[in-house]
Amino acid sequence: MGQILLDGIVKSYGKVVVVKNLDLTVQPGEFLTILGPSGCGKTTTLRMIAGLEEPDQGAIKLNDKVVFSRNNGVVVPPEARHLGLIFQSYALWPHMTVAKNITLALKEQKISKSEIAQRLENALDMVQLTGYAERYPSELSGGQQQRVAVARLIALRPSILLMDEPLSNLDAKLRTEMRASLKRLHRDLGATTVYVTHDQIEALTLSDRIIIMNEGQIMQEGSPYDIYHHPANIFVAEFIGDPGINLFKGTISNGMLDCGAISIPLPTTIANRGGNLIAGIRPEKIKVSETAKNGWQEVTTGILQPTGANTILEVKAEDIPITLLQTGFITLSENTPLWIDFETDALSFFDTQTQENLRNEVS
Amino acid sequence: MIKAPIGSGKPAFWSVQNISYQAYRLKTRPELIIGVLALCFLSFVVLVPLLQIIQDAFTFQSYDLSYEPDGVVGSFTLFHIDRVFNQPISTALFYKPLLNSLKMGFAVTAIALVVGFSLAWLMVRTNVHFKGVFGAMLVFPYMMPSWVMAIAWLSLFKNDRIGGSEGLLTYLTGIQAPDWVAYGIFPIVITLALHYYAYAYLLISGALATVDSELEEAGATSGMGKWKRIRVITMPLLMPAIGSAIVLTFIRILGTFGTPALLGLPVRFFTFSTQIYASINARNQGDAFVLALVLIVLAISFIWINSRIIGVRKSYVTMTGKGFRKSESDLGKMRWPITILVILFLCMTVALPLILLLWESLTLIPGNYSISNLTTYFWNGKGNINLAYGEPGIIHNKGILEALFNSIKLGFAAALFNGVLGLLVGYAVVRGRGARLSKWLEAIAFAPYIFPSIALGAIYIGMFSTNIGPVPALYGTFTILVLITVIKNLPFTSRTGIAAILQIHQSLEEAARVQGIGWFRRMFRIIIPLSMSGLVAGMLLTFITAMRELSLIILLISPGNMVLTGLIFSYQEMDMSQHSSAVTLMLVLLIIVISVIVRLITRSAGVGRLNVT
Repeated sequence: MGQILLDGIVKSYGKVVVVKNLDLTVQPGEFLTILGPSGCGKTTTLRMIAGLEEPDQGAIKLNDKVVFSRNNGVVVPPEARHLGLIFQSYALWPHMTVAKNITLALKEQKISKSEIAQRLENALDMVQLTGYAERYPSELSGGQQQRVAVARLIALRPSILLMDEPLSNLDAKLRTEMRASLKRLHRDLGATTVYVTHDQIEALTLSDRIIIMNEGQIMQEGSPYDIYHHPANIFVAEFIGDPGINLFKGTISNGMLDCGAISIPLPTTIANRGGNLIAGIRPEKIKVSETAKNGWQEVTTGILQPTGANTILEVKAEDIPITLLQTGFITLSENTPLWIDFETDALSFFDTQTQENLRNEVS
Repeated sequence: MIKAPIGSGKPAFWSVQNISYQAYRLKTRPELIIGVLALCFLSFVVLVPLLQIIQDAFTFQSYDLSYEPDGVVGSFTLFHIDRVFNQPISTALFYKPLLNSLKMGFAVTAIALVVGFSLAWLMVRTNVHFKGVFGAMLVFPYMMPSWVMAIAWLSLFKNDRIGGSEGLLTYLTGIQAPDWVAYGIFPIVITLALHYYAYAYLLISGALATVDSELEEAGATSGMGKWKRIRVITMPLLMPAIGSAIVLTFIRILGTFGTPALLGLPVRFFTFSTQIYASINARNQGDAFVLALVLIVLAISFIWINSRIIGVRKSYVTMTGKGFRKSESDLGKMRWPITILVILFLCMTVALPLILLLWESLTLIPGNYSISNLTTYFWNGKGNINLAYGEPGIIHNKGILEALFNSIKLGFAAALFNGVLGLLVGYAVVRGRGARLSKWLEAIAFAPYIFPSIALGAIYIGMFSTNIGPVPALYGTFTILVLITVIKNLPFTSRTGIAAILQIHQSLEEAARVQGIGWFRRMFRIIIPLSMSGLVAGMLLTFITAMRELSLIILLISPGNMVLTGLIFSYQEMDMSQHSSAVTLMLVLLIIVISVIVRLITRSAGVGRLNVT
C-alpha cells in the first residue's frame, strides 16, 4: 500500500509545457520532496497525483491501481483517490468549526458516530489542539490553522499524503517547529508522503529522497546527502546550499585547473581530459588560515556576515570572488590577507558545455 | 529508476480510449456540464429570439396584407425596412421617436449624472450632516418604479387638455399648467432624472469610497493644487464608474416605457419605446421589430462610443476593492445650507411623490383636494356603480389582489431562478476560467444588458407567440414574465455569482474533493453557504426590480398574467387616478417592507451597498 507511480507524464497549459515526460516512483512509506524554483512544475505534478489536474499524456498508478491513463482512457476523480492533501493556504472551511472541518469528510463515508468522535479526539490530540474543537478557523493563529489542516488529514487516515508548500505561510520560527511536527506525523502515520516546496532547508531536513525539478524536468533525484554533496549539474549545485556554491571556470594545465588568480588541484582522471571545465566547492569546504601556509593561496577579505554560530566571508583572489563559511563569530577588517586551501574530496567538476557533473561520466 | 509498465503516451483522437477518457473527464468536471447546459439555455432564450425577430423583420407577414394585398406571406421582403426608414410615414414612425429618444436619453443622463455625482461627492467626501439617514433615503428611488414620479407629476400639474380631473396646482391656484409643463419632454426629463440619479449616485459613491485619500495626498505633497488633484488623480480613477453610470442610465432611458407613456402619449409625444408599444397594439409587429433592432444597435453603438471617449475598455465594470482611509473636506459655513438643500431634494424626490400618491388615493372626487373630499373608499370601498366604473377599493378588488399575488409570485420566482442561475453561471465561469466556454458563457450572460427593456419585450413577443419544438407558446402566460425578468436581470446576478465564487478560494473546494466529498455535497456544504450573503443581496435586487418592472413586461402582459405595475398603467390610462395612486403606494410599501425584512433576516449587504454594475 502507498506506492505512487508516474509514467511519462506530460502537461501543458496552452503552448507552455510545464511538465515534460516525467517518470517517478515513490516507495511505500517514503518521504519524497519535490524541490524547485517557482514555475518548475512541482505543484502541477502534485495536483496531477491528487487528480486536480489531468495530464495530457502518461499514466498514474496509486496503491497498485491505475488512477489515470491517457492511453487506456482511465480517469479516477480526486474524490475516489482516497489521499490526503494539505494546501499552502490550509483550505479550512471558514464557515465551519474545527470539529466540522475535521469530520465533514468522515460523515460522507458513513462512519459510525462514535468512531468519528474518537477519530476527531485522536486527531486533535495528535496536533495538540484538544479543546479547540468548537472554534472557527478565523479564531485561530496561523500555526493553529495549519495544525487543523493536519488534523483533518490525520482523521481520514489516507495511505498517501500530499503536501503543497504547507509551511510557506508561517513565520520563520514557527516553520522550524512545524517542520519537526510534520516529520513526526510522517513517522507516526507511516504514510507515503510527497512534499512540494521551494525551500531547500525543508527539503534537506524532512526527506528520505529529494527530486529537484526545473522547467518541467527532473534535474536530479537522490538522498539529501547526495543532492548536497554531489550535485548532478550546475543548476542543482547553484540551487542547493546557502550561501551558494563557489564555481570556478578554468583551463586544465599541469594537473591543475587554472582559473587565473587561483588554481584548483584536480584528480588525475579529470586532469587527463584537458580543455576547459568548471569546478564547484561549497563555502564550508574551503579551509582558511590567517597566516601563510605552504601551497595555500592568498586572498583578501571583503564583506563579512556573522550570523552567530557561523560567519560568511566574501573574499577575493584578485578579481575572482569567493564565498567562505567558517564556524564562530569572526570579525576582520576589510582587505585583510587570508590564505585558503580546497578540500579536494569536496570538489565537483562540471562540463562547460553540458553543465553535467563529470562524476556521472567517469563512473 | 523503475520504468512503470502502465503504458504512457497519448491515443488517437477518435480512438475508443480517447472518447471514454473525454467522457470520464466530463463526468468529473461539473463546471463543464453546467457551462454547456447554461450556454445552450441562454442561447435559446437570448440569441434565438434575436435572430427570430431579425428574420421576422425581413419576412412578409400576414398582417402586412392590408398594406400590400399582393405580397406573398413568408417571403423575403424589405417592406418593413422601407416603411420604417423610407416612407412618408417614417417621420412619425421612426425619425421623430428617434430624435425624441435621443433628446430624452442625453438630457436625462446628463442631469442624473450631475445630480448623482454631486450627491455622491457630498456623501463620501464632505462632512454634510445626517449621512446615515441620507444614505438610506437616496437609494429610495431605486426601490420605486421609475414612473411613480410621473404619476405624482400628473397629480400636481395635470391640466384640462385631456379632460377628466385636474391637478393640485389648478385646485389650489386656479391656474392651468401650460401643456409643456404638464406633458411632453420637459416633465419626462425632469421626472426620469429625479429617478435615475440614484443609479449614478450608487455607482459613483461606491467608486469614490474606494479611492484612497493617500493617492490625493501624494499629489498634494508633489505640489498639486486641490482642483488639479481632483482633475489629475481622482477623476481618472472615477472614470470607469462614471462610464458605467452613463451607459446604464442611457440604455435604461432608451428602454423605459412608463414615464414617456404617461407624460408623452396625451400630447402624441412618441419615443422609441412608446412607438414600439403603439405598433404592437396596432398589429404592425414588423415595424416594432425593426424599431427594436434599431434600439439595440443604438444601445450597442452608444456603449462603443462611450468606451472610446471614456478611454476605459470595460467602462461598464464597476471598481471594487477595500475601503481605504478617506479624508472628508470641511464644508465650513456651507455645512448647514448644503444639508438643508439635500433635505429639500429628498423631500421633493421621495416624500412629495409618496404624499401626493397618498392624497390622490384618498380623494373621493378626482381633482378636489379639500379635506372634506377625503375618503378611504379606494382602499376599502366595496364598489359603487357611480364611482370609478364601479371598481371596488383595493382590499375588496379581486383583480388587484390577483395582480398583487402575481407580482409577489413574479418577484420571488425571478429572485429564486436568478439566484440559482447566477450561482451556476458564476461557478461555471470562474471554475472554467481560461477556457473558451467560460468566456462565451460570461459574454452571453451579459448580453441582455445591451437590450433596452422594451426591445427585449418585443423580441420575446416575436419568439414565444407560437410554440417552438417542445416549448409551448408562452405569450400571455406567467412563465414568460418570469423568463424575461430572469433574463433581463441575468447580467447583474451573474456578476454577483461570479464575484461570489471568486471570493471562495479554489482550494476550499479542492480540499473537499480530495477528501472524497461529491459535487452536490460540496455545493450545499461549502459553495452555497460561503456565497450566500452575496447571492441574497443579488436576489433581493432582482426581487425589487421584478416587482417594479413595467417597461420590460408591458408588451407581454394580458388579463391572464396581470401584475401590479401593468394594472397601475391601465388604471392610469383609464384616468382612474385614485386607483392607480393607491395601488402604486401599496406596491412601493410592499417593496420596502419586504426588502427590510429580507435585510433583517439575512443581515447581508443591503441595497445601499449593492453593486448595480
